[in-house]
Amino acid sequence: MYVEAKRGESRELWKFHGGLHLPEHKEISRTQPTRQTNLPKCLVLPLHQHIGVPAQPLIEVGQHVLKGQKIADASAPVTAPLHAPTSGTVLEICDHPIPHPSGLPGQCIVIEPDGRDEWGELPLPITNYLSAEAKTLRERIRESGIVGMGGATFPSAVKLNPGKPIKTLIINGAECEPYITCDDRLMQDDPERVMAGARILQHMLQSEECLIAIEDNKSEAILALHNLVQDDEPIEVIRIPALYPSGGEKQLIRILTGREVPSSGLPAQVGVICHNVATAAAIADAVLEGKPLISRLVTITGEGIREPGNFQAMIGTPASELIAQAGGYQNNPQQLIMGGPMMGFDLATDAIPITKGSNCLLCPTPEELPRPEAAQACIRCGRCADVCPANLLPQQMYWYSRAKDLEKVQDYNLFDCIECGCCSHVCPSHIPLVQYYRFAKHESWAQEQERRESEHAKQRHDARVARLERLEAARKARLRKKKEALDKKPPAKKAAKPEASDKESKQAAIEAAMKRAAEKKAKLQAQPKNTENLTPAQQAKIEAVEQRRKATQESTPEHETEQQS
Amino acid sequence: MEFQTHSSPHTSRPNRVDKVMLQVVMALIPGTIALVFYFGWGVLLNVILAVASAAAFEALVMKLRKRPVLPPLFDLSAVVTALLFAVAIPPLLPWWLVVLGMAFAIIMVKQMYGGLGYNPFNPAMAAYVLLLISYPVEMTSWLPPQLLVEQSLSLGEILSFKFVGTLPVDLTLDAITMATPLDEMRTKLDLNQMISEIRTSPLWGDFGGQGWEWVGNWFLMGGIWMVYKRTITWQIPLAFLTGLVGMATLFWLFDPESFPFPLFHVFSGGAILGAFFIATDPVTASTTRAGQLIYGAAIGVLVYIIRTWGGYPDAVAFAVLLMNMAAPTIDYYTRPRVYGHGGAKNG
Repeated sequence: MYVEAKRGESRELWKFHGGLHLPEHKEISRTQPTRQTNLPKCLVLPLHQHIGVPAQPLIEVGQHVLKGQKIADASAPVTAPLHAPTSGTVLEICDHPIPHPSGLPGQCIVIEPDGRDEWGELPLPITNYLSAEAKTLRERIRESGIVGMGGATFPSAVKLNPGKPIKTLIINGAECEPYITCDDRLMQDDPERVMAGARILQHMLQSEECLIAIEDNKSEAILALHNLVQDDEPIEVIRIPALYPSGGEKQLIRILTGREVPSSGLPAQVGVICHNVATAAAIADAVLEGKPLISRLVTITGEGIREPGNFQAMIGTPASELIAQAGGYQNNPQQLIMGGPMMGFDLATDAIPITKGSNCLLCPTPEELPRPEAAQACIRCGRCADVCPANLLPQQMYWYSRAKDLEKVQDYNLFDCIECGCCSHVCPSHIPLVQYYRFAKHESWAQEQERRESEHAKQRHDARVARLERLEAARKARLRKKKEALDKKPPAKKAAKPEASDKESKQAAIEAAMKRAAEKKAKLQAQPKNTENLTPAQQAKIEAVEQRRKATQESTPEHETEQQS
Repeated sequence: MEFQTHSSPHTSRPNRVDKVMLQVVMALIPGTIALVFYFGWGVLLNVILAVASAAAFEALVMKLRKRPVLPPLFDLSAVVTALLFAVAIPPLLPWWLVVLGMAFAIIMVKQMYGGLGYNPFNPAMAAYVLLLISYPVEMTSWLPPQLLVEQSLSLGEILSFKFVGTLPVDLTLDAITMATPLDEMRTKLDLNQMISEIRTSPLWGDFGGQGWEWVGNWFLMGGIWMVYKRTITWQIPLAFLTGLVGMATLFWLFDPESFPFPLFHVFSGGAILGAFFIATDPVTASTTRAGQLIYGAAIGVLVYIIRTWGGYPDAVAFAVLLMNMAAPTIDYYTRPRVYGHGGAKNG
């Protein structure tokens, strides 16, 4: 497969196994211009909206914060700080519903905006980034709280320190999930920011080439970026065929380079680093303007939304407010998805905030995306294997997951599954295959954890046994020595007055024991009982109880049975 | 606002088991009509009897297992089993043998293992083999194609033979039935006749027997349609026919007077039906695409071996059942290379 590329050269593209042509539904939100959102009534900022260690609050409840002020951070190597999206007052730091598949709440900082939207002091822009060191830029990206905005939310600064030479930098604008158009809109509306981010990243990594990959269903975006590419820079805009999940990191690397990321390895191992277009734009803001990551583009779409489109929303904006700005609900929707239909997860409530990784809120009607029917028996048709982009055997993994044979399912490379959902989509028996793999993965992790713990316990037990043996050996050695010492003494002396001394010592021992017992008794009596030092009222109560007890004992058995019945 | 939650993906699913089965049923229709055309009403009676009894046995087992009765009936898998069995058996087979076959297929071969998806053997073929071994005379007494007979049996006469066992007074069973072309070829070859000599009989058409080869054509059309619709994959039928033709060509080139030419094998007996409809049963076949090539080819080779040197004239059922046993092992050794697991161009 060849695609026209810069300077009239053609570039070879590779294919990944499987994949699906899905109905796109992108026109629902793509055609509308991006809208700014009003300042929400309150902002909810989860402390853990990235992969790694959760950030710790740097502010106190009641404190006034300025826009762009760092409000949480951690000192761990893999973490990301959090910034106030607007000026206002910290209302509380508490558990709040967050967008997470588990539906469990997480700790959040709640800020009430003061309406002034007043910027705090920002770090100086690094306009001449070409003369800046990679380390300085990395520090800026870290301090700006930038994480992967395609949904993975891995701290970008960590990813930019691969420790290996990088041949290919990939800027991922594939956006292969149906419905989502926020990256498309970003590339159309702000191609300069994306391109600036790509240049900064290319400079930082000193990669041989920088490939901006966009699916061929986004012609405007391709054109917008292509027009900005200069002849003397190693940046190319590549049009890739639309095929879900081409935007998956591993699949995109395969398409563009033909290389495959080793199982349980990192792209850097094959000389590749991948960043989302929105991440690139955020990096441009951080470096060129000093602005931290405090807002993002979110697609609000689906037939359950009155005015779908893309919205520039502050991180922390409640989904309910955002949906209200998109005209609110219509057609009685039953479902709200964070992300796309293939890999997004259902939300139990719209009272959750937008986070750095929230690219889409999809609210379909039941007719639009009907719930799957009850699962039937697997007929082993193998369609799942045909569409699997990792070339796994989903059906076999399903049987073993069902049987809880975790060893076998790992033998079938369970952990190479990217949970893209292709297998579940084509399954004629409507088996929730991905759910089985999630289950098997979590069971395997739990088992691994258990194994590690029991290993630890075993080590401790072994150490204890060894210690006891050592002590026992030491004791025996001591006894032996003592015995030897005794044996050396002349036996005549011992036999001189055995009975008398025996009796005396026994008598003394008995006396000592009796004395100890007496002392103990006295001590016990000296201790206050709970029936002592009572108030008169308590005393009266106790007496009344005693009276009652006596009365019951005196009463006839018939009376008792009557009471019981 | 509150919502219900389910696990991803949240798409509407394009495929369904009953849709797949319905496509198989539809693909079987042209061949079945051709069979009725060439071999009379007996075929249609077999179809009706088999489908009705298969559905009844399926419902009975579901009742006994205290499971909902309707879903397994509506997934049409029992209908497919019944149809495949009905087009494989002789048109004049007594009614109780049809019912017995279906009882064995549905109760013993399918439901005893847990129902759809769990049976290691193809139910229709297992039933066919059971009857072939237990009732060889009834199972090998085919009618000649109607092109070759002057007076065919009426619907009423067929009904009375199938259900009561009586024929019109002036007819005997031997007079109205004959061996299948494959059987004929085997018997004559065993008598050391030359193939050119054998084929002088009016029984023969262009490739296989008169009528028979046309039935094969119609089944082939249905099969190709299923491949086009992706109901089945191309791997098994292609490998099956390649294995059969490959073996046949080899021996035919060696001695064309003792070994029939390759297309004779393709258009005789159950080769086409087997390649497209029976060997492709997903439940009992190999599931990896590489495995399906091995599985299909092995069936093709086995069919030739059993037809040529085995004890029965046709061999599709035996070959399929033998390879059903091998399918899990084939799957195990033909696992595809997973992304990121060596072998790819890296670096």
